[in-house]
Amino acid sequence: MADQKALYQEVILDHNKKPRNYGTLEDPSHHAEGHNPLCGDHLSVALHLHNETIDQIAFHGDSCAICKASASMMTAAVKGRTRAQAQALTQEFIAMTTGKLDQSQPNQIGRLAVFAGVRDLPTRVKCAILPWHTLQAAFNSKGTASTEV
Amino acid sequence: MNARHPDIACLAVAPAFEVERIRADFPILHIEVEGKPLVYLDNAASSQMPQSVIDRVVRYQTTEHANIHRAVYTLSERATAAFEEARVKLQRFINAPDEREVIFTSGTTDAINLVMHGYGRKFIKSGDEIILTTLEHHSNIVPWQMLAEETGAIIRVLPINDAGELCLEQFEPLFNARTKLVGVSHVSNALGSINPIKQMIAMAHERGVPVLVDGAQAPAHMPVDVQDLDCDFYTFSGHKLCGPTGIGVLYGKAELLEKMQAFKGGGDMILSVSFEKTVYNTIPHKFEAGTPPIAAAIALGAAVDYLQAIGMDAIARYEHTLLQYATAQLSALPGLRLIGTAHNKAAVLSFMLEGIHPHDVGTLLSQEGIAVRTGHHCAQPVMTRFKVPATTRASFAFYNSMAEVDALVAGIRSVQKVFA
Repeated sequence: MADQKALYQEVILDHNKKPRNYGTLEDPSHHAEGHNPLCGDHLSVALHLHNETIDQIAFHGDSCAICKASASMMTAAVKGRTRAQAQALTQEFIAMTTGKLDQSQPNQIGRLAVFAGVRDLPTRVKCAILPWHTLQAAFNSKGTASTEV
Repeated sequence: MNARHPDIACLAVAPAFEVERIRADFPILHIEVEGKPLVYLDNAASSQMPQSVIDRVVRYQTTEHANIHRAVYTLSERATAAFEEARVKLQRFINAPDEREVIFTSGTTDAINLVMHGYGRKFIKSGDEIILTTLEHHSNIVPWQMLAEETGAIIRVLPINDAGELCLEQFEPLFNARTKLVGVSHVSNALGSINPIKQMIAMAHERGVPVLVDGAQAPAHMPVDVQDLDCDFYTFSGHKLCGPTGIGVLYGKAELLEKMQAFKGGGDMILSVSFEKTVYNTIPHKFEAGTPPIAAAIALGAAVDYLQAIGMDAIARYEHTLLQYATAQLSALPGLRLIGTAHNKAAVLSFMLEGIHPHDVGTLLSQEGIAVRTGHHCAQPVMTRFKVPATTRASFAFYNSMAEVDALVAGIRSVQKVFA
């Protein structure tokens, strides 16, 4: 059974209230806008790549607590990592939130495991993964990402 | 007794609305969700079904089912009779003058699309104008935009005020010689505003303009009399009326339906077919191509029987007391802002909680067993008007109790505590 109270635990509520890396970058090398047309949520992710390493990243926008906390923790997790590492982490995060993560293999999920509970809430999975899709759109310089492909 | 002596019934004091007795008729109201009793407050999206309607579906499928309007054997004749009897029940439910004016559709959306294709594509040309309102559900916007795109017709929009009421004083100036149709909802699904449609219909008719009413949110909550309204088209859905999904009704004045072009082609909507020329059937069959949802139509007939046994006036009165109580209780909560405070309102409460996104509200209320809708309610122009991306919406039915209002209030308090 879905335990939503477990999802809305301290760490997510804290990141919602005091999001990390919230704001804009002056001179991003990559950025993208993310939209969830079903709920009207939107956020933008901007980052600066130096030698394939994310040395700066920021996000801002209007969204639910799950989306905002996911964006906050994502920026904290990928800052200082390479593009390849961030892309691998994105794959793991999406796999975890859709219940497809192979637990027998080592992974880099770490504290992001607080989002595992959304797999039992199909309507909220999109909220959690929107920031990650937007990050990928920024890497690909597509400019926009949507939960409704 | 009272049925035979209506004068005595009129003299009697209106009995108290026995909501607990009514709740006993609805099996789903007694299930548990997340270990808590279900508090179902999403009736504007879809209503629940009483046992008598469920039983009617079972009886039909068990002993009466065959295709209709075709075969000569007994079972088919029985199914045809039950289907047509349902049409008459729906006719009486909305006081339509003639059963031929009741067309079964798959729902409100289908009914509006039928009018767009059957009336709009035939009579609305480039430069002609259609008046809609800000309050409309997407299903009464998008079909007309599709028509406008195809024909070059123009859509004009009647705005709303800060309470979510139509700005009636701005209605008349929207008309001109090119106005061909008015489309207006009876009750706003997002806010609950009850629109002054009778007055608007009279104003449109003074200019010779027909009016389509999107009635999706009305007939389950108040008496609807299409002759009193004098509307040209009235559309509604079975599943918001204690009936099944997949069935709805288009009421249209016979003289309009007769001059409209057919929408879907196929079996049952023809009198004769040859490759040289096909002759269409008469109304209502002209608009009912293919095998209809027979069981659903019969069940909808049973649903309006059920509602009428309680009485639509009694339902409207009771739901108004629910609305008043819920409005008072929710308004007293700090940080809660009601969106939509129309003077004339159905039992719908759309609201925002300060600093908390509606989707988080919906997920956390669900954990308390409370079902509310969160999102834009397929009414994005309304959301834009109030500058919100989404709202949380509690929408009530006659089987909801005051105790469920209290459960909602307690649930909102617990959501606020999580985010405190």
